[in-house]
Amino acid sequence: MSIPDSYDEMPTPQTSVLAATPVRRKRWTERVPVIKELRQSVGLQRGMLITGLVITLLFVVIAVFAPLIAPYTWAQQQTADGHSFGTQQAPNALNLLGTTVSGFDVFSRVIWGAQTALLVIIAAIVCSIFIGIALGLISGYFGGWLDRLLVVVADAIYAFPSLLLAIVMSIVISRGQSTLGGGIMATAIAITVVFVPQYFRVIRSEVVRVRAEPFVDSAKVIGVPTTRILLRHVLRNSTRSLPVIITLNASEALLTLAGLGFLGFGIEATAAAEWGYDLNRAVGDVTSGIWWTSVFPGVAIVLVVLGVTLVGESLNDLADPRLRLRRRAGGRKKIAAATEGAKACDALSDRRESK
Amino acid sequence: MAVDGAVLAPVQPRSRSKGGGLWRYILIRLLLIIPTVFILVTTVFFLMRITGDPITAALGGRLPPEQLAQRIHEAGYDRPLIVQYLEYLGNVFRGDFGTTVTDRRPVTEILLQYGSATLELSIYALIVALVISIPLGLIAAYRRDRWQDASLRVMAILAYATPIFFAGLLLKLIFSVWLDWLPVSGRGSTRTELLMGGIDTPTGIYLLDAIRLGNGAAIADVLQHAILPAVALGLLTAGVFLRLIRTNVIGTLGQQYVTSGRSRGVSEYRLVTKHAYRPALIPIITVMGMQIAMLLAGAVLTESTFEWKGIGFMLADYLKSRDFVAVQGIVVMIAVVVAVTNFLVDIIAAFIDPRVRY
Repeated sequence: MSIPDSYDEMPTPQTSVLAATPVRRKRWTERVPVIKELRQSVGLQRGMLITGLVITLLFVVIAVFAPLIAPYTWAQQQTADGHSFGTQQAPNALNLLGTTVSGFDVFSRVIWGAQTALLVIIAAIVCSIFIGIALGLISGYFGGWLDRLLVVVADAIYAFPSLLLAIVMSIVISRGQSTLGGGIMATAIAITVVFVPQYFRVIRSEVVRVRAEPFVDSAKVIGVPTTRILLRHVLRNSTRSLPVIITLNASEALLTLAGLGFLGFGIEATAAAEWGYDLNRAVGDVTSGIWWTSVFPGVAIVLVVLGVTLVGESLNDLADPRLRLRRRAGGRKKIAAATEGAKACDALSDRRESK
Repeated sequence: MAVDGAVLAPVQPRSRSKGGGLWRYILIRLLLIIPTVFILVTTVFFLMRITGDPITAALGGRLPPEQLAQRIHEAGYDRPLIVQYLEYLGNVFRGDFGTTVTDRRPVTEILLQYGSATLELSIYALIVALVISIPLGLIAAYRRDRWQDASLRVMAILAYATPIFFAGLLLKLIFSVWLDWLPVSGRGSTRTELLMGGIDTPTGIYLLDAIRLGNGAAIADVLQHAILPAVALGLLTAGVFLRLIRTNVIGTLGQQYVTSGRSRGVSEYRLVTKHAYRPALIPIITVMGMQIAMLLAGAVLTESTFEWKGIGFMLADYLKSRDFVAVQGIVVMIAVVVAVTNFLVDIIAAFIDPRVRY
């Protein structure tokens, strides 16, 4: 084909052909965070994700239906007809998992503990997401001295052992005293303060990236109000890594809650059931060979953290195309193909980096 | 690849101060510690004072109101907050972290007396973590996505998911109570503790002191007491290290020089342990330094579980007696330790890898 002499001879592009393939609106299964990843996962990663999801779901169900599942309340020392449990009883028909040093039913406390844990995790995550996102948006979008100050403060807090910070916060909030609602809120707020810097850093770095995009400039030019730019143009495009951080933080929140409880700074036994506190009371039991007071609440913590972490880890791997295992087109040896694909990807990106 | 002489950049005259970049980097990094520590000290101070003075918190209800007011006045807690804050900053700057309310001891003295115990525990835990995580991390990276890798990763997540005090209680239950192999708690048996008390100028690190005494039974006793706490704290840290080593070694194993090494007949063992592992060390060391903060927090819980009388044990003790001056002093001290450790790690990383300096 010869080169045309002038632009008049150039063929006009036919846009009508584009209409032949309409943009397919993504199904909801491709948009909802966790379900999207579940669909694209394969092999080992799918197994990890499903295991994590099953454990997490089980935990939520137990937490919600605790009143129906648990035979007694968390602070009950005798049956309804006045028959006392006795203290440090080995597992028996009356108390399926035995009783604690204070004569509470271990099984009931483990079940009710799920509810406490769920409440604290939700409260902590909701608080830290809102504060972290607000600060990150403002700091990243407007920049200036406020941005620099917030970054230095967030880094300082981030470098500090989170458990110690949570201890300081719970002293401040409750002065070491705890009631049901107060204890849960105090612990949640203490955990919030620890996690705000993480959300802040992630959102801020995304906002700084998005701010430089042309569509933000064009929105400014046509006079879109700043709040609308922030919420619609910037925030909407800065939240892609949130699901991973939320799940990873949920497990850390639970560990912090248990740590606070173990140091005697969580929620009192009569106010609510808390696994960390139960382990604190079980330290003495272990020395005399009483295993049921520590093993069951401990296993509960491990299981929930394990489940939530498995979900978070899998989401993290699936979000990174280099770590994601792939399905071979119509093939059987999925994993082998996937590793090859990942290797090719590695090689590709290495070449890109070396350029 | 053919070298085209024309595209080579003209040779730059070498700058006279060869190590200037490094020294500048160290200086900047050193100056950055100051705002970090300052922010933490300020935050902790104001947070602890929002809801009242520490003397009322510790002794309120136990002393008559007049005596309480007198002690508050003596300690200067009735002055304006800003005056107290400036005085506190000055004191911290001079190395004075305050005096505890309950037993009236200088916090610095507590730190000196119990700090060595925490240091000893942390070193043991670090050794356990490295011994476990380096070989397993290399295996996981080399057998990536095979069953070895999968099971090691699940183990690492499990180590992370287990609260350190629960791991400690389980170890105690199995090895001390059921099998009766190891002591339940403490840093040494009563006999050893008495021996330790008799030394002049003790280091506070029991193993060193025992070796200086030349007492074989004491050395064995100290080591026996250290095994369970070190394993409990070390396992948690090992989980984090394992994942770190795996990810970074996978990165370097994919490099072309590894392939070229393989084509020249370098053994697979040497490829993994030398060619891939060495360059992966820099990010590993940096992140390990950041884990010191986690190790210290873990030490607080481990010490409470095993009655290991270190800083963490004392912190939990003062928390229980609501002595917030002591808590504040210990927390601020740990903040300083974390900041200084992070600084040292960055310097080590800069020495190993010239790319870090700027």
